[in-house]
Amino acid sequence: MSYSKELLESLEAKAKLLRKDCMKCIGVGVAGHVGGSCSSADLVAALYFYKMKYDPKNPDWEGRDYFLLSKGHVAILQYSALAEAGFFPVEDLQHCKDVGFYLQGHPHLGTPGIEAGTGSLGQGLSLGLGMAIGLKMDDKPNNVYVLVGDGEQNEGQIWEAAMAAGAKKMDNLCAIIDNNGLQAMGKIKDRLDSGNLAEKWAAFGWNVIEIDGHNMEEIVKALDDADEYKGKPTAIIAHTVKGKGVSFAENQVGFHNAALTKEQYEQALAELS
Amino acid sequence: MAYTSQRKAYGETLVALAKENRNIVVLDADLCGSTMGKLTELALPEQHVEMGIAEADMTSVAGGLSRVGKIPFTNSFAVFSAGRAYDQIRQSVAIGKLNVKICGSSAGASDFADGATHQSIDDIAYMRVIPNMSVFVPADSNEAVEVTKYMASHEGPMYIRLNRNDYENVTEEGAEFTLDPKVLRDGTDVVVFACGIMVGKALEAAEKLAGKISVKVVNVSTIKPLNKEMVCELAKGCKGVVTAEEHSVIGGLGGAIAEALCKECKPIEFVGVNDIFGSSAHSYADILEYLGLTTEHIASAVELIYNL
Repeated sequence: MSYSKELLESLEAKAKLLRKDCMKCIGVGVAGHVGGSCSSADLVAALYFYKMKYDPKNPDWEGRDYFLLSKGHVAILQYSALAEAGFFPVEDLQHCKDVGFYLQGHPHLGTPGIEAGTGSLGQGLSLGLGMAIGLKMDDKPNNVYVLVGDGEQNEGQIWEAAMAAGAKKMDNLCAIIDNNGLQAMGKIKDRLDSGNLAEKWAAFGWNVIEIDGHNMEEIVKALDDADEYKGKPTAIIAHTVKGKGVSFAENQVGFHNAALTKEQYEQALAELS
Repeated sequence: MAYTSQRKAYGETLVALAKENRNIVVLDADLCGSTMGKLTELALPEQHVEMGIAEADMTSVAGGLSRVGKIPFTNSFAVFSAGRAYDQIRQSVAIGKLNVKICGSSAGASDFADGATHQSIDDIAYMRVIPNMSVFVPADSNEAVEVTKYMASHEGPMYIRLNRNDYENVTEEGAEFTLDPKVLRDGTDVVVFACGIMVGKALEAAEKLAGKISVKVVNVSTIKPLNKEMVCELAKGCKGVVTAEEHSVIGGLGGAIAEALCKECKPIEFVGVNDIFGSSAHSYADILEYLGLTTEHIASAVELIYNL
């Protein structure tokens, strides 16, 4: 299947817009998860503006696909996508993390479009597996997508869920692994090396697709292939760059959760315009 | 005929409920022979999910199931379904008030042979401290049936604590379950608040002391939400209070009752596990004796309060 230039360019523009929204969400002088938001932005843009079925005016619509941000610390990225998709006003993004506000530091049930509280790392894939099992019990066609961090691969529960989903052949479940190579304290290879992820996921009974997580054509093709694939859940291992799109933050561990100076903030917005 | 096994009562009630409501899903972690989840697996295999020895995954999976309209019950020994999976209960289930039911089977010291690793003397404490969580400790098998029905028909995260061993009922069969503490024996000198197997032992202690001390026995099968006003009301006029539970004296029923009575200035004696782990034993009676959880221990506590 080939994809039109217009489609791919519009999705790339959405990804850029999401990155920009994230910067606005973070603002100046307050720490925010710049790096992981930017590495996942193309993946999230493809999910929300190409692949997933949903109705922003009726978030509980039964026909929707489910998305879980297991790497919940980049909540601002999901909030940006939900706002741009029409679930709530874009202007509300600036109130993220206000006390008692519906846009919390991690995804929180009650926010329109959020399917479950996530961000205690390791648990989102199991939540998605539960949804996938329940949907299959009722012969429903909805898909479940879970975005997992590569640092998150350290968590044992990821592998409990991977084993169960593989054994139960949950082909309505798709895990997308944002493989940016950095965790909070440094390079994954130096902190706790996760080894060969493609081999590991395949060994747990998953259909594995490896892509460049910033190549929109590869992303949409992988999502379509995952949708078509029957008999196994699919793991899309997306090779990404942490901080992608914001030059000074690219591949910088320090921007995992960082405050932007006024100059950095303005430079980021300029680069994303 | 009434059950005398809480886990059998629970397992068969779940099958009956699951037949009526196809959204009920029973999950097990390779212990369905003990938890009686196997009864659902046999009768309704499409409503039973074996999750393997992976309680963390099982609990978050239950959270996901609840989000697509299912009513999941997670089964394992309390040390695993509640203890091992504490973090998943907190993060995946309770924060979002998901409609997940957790069964802590073989709770307290009731898995006497397996020793400290398998004996949950702390689960009431760490379940009741979680916001949004309801905590039930049925006194016997009759009440286990009714609590199970209640859990299936009411929204929200809930924990039920069950005993592994058979013992006689002290509550009425078929009595509809309500959250309030229930007076099983009236008395005027000392009030005993008890839960689980200790309710029956409290009744025995009250009988033993009859004629000397008038003992009121209250079954507190709902540890949370606790009707604190009613607890205060029930303690009024009594000289003091005894609590009795198959659980640590720290943070469980005793803690909850003491919190409720904090402005009443009543002496309280806690019968429970005194901040130690359990041990293997050749019989349930032996481990209860070792941990100080007998009729005699309750009677002594009542006398101590009465003679102050």
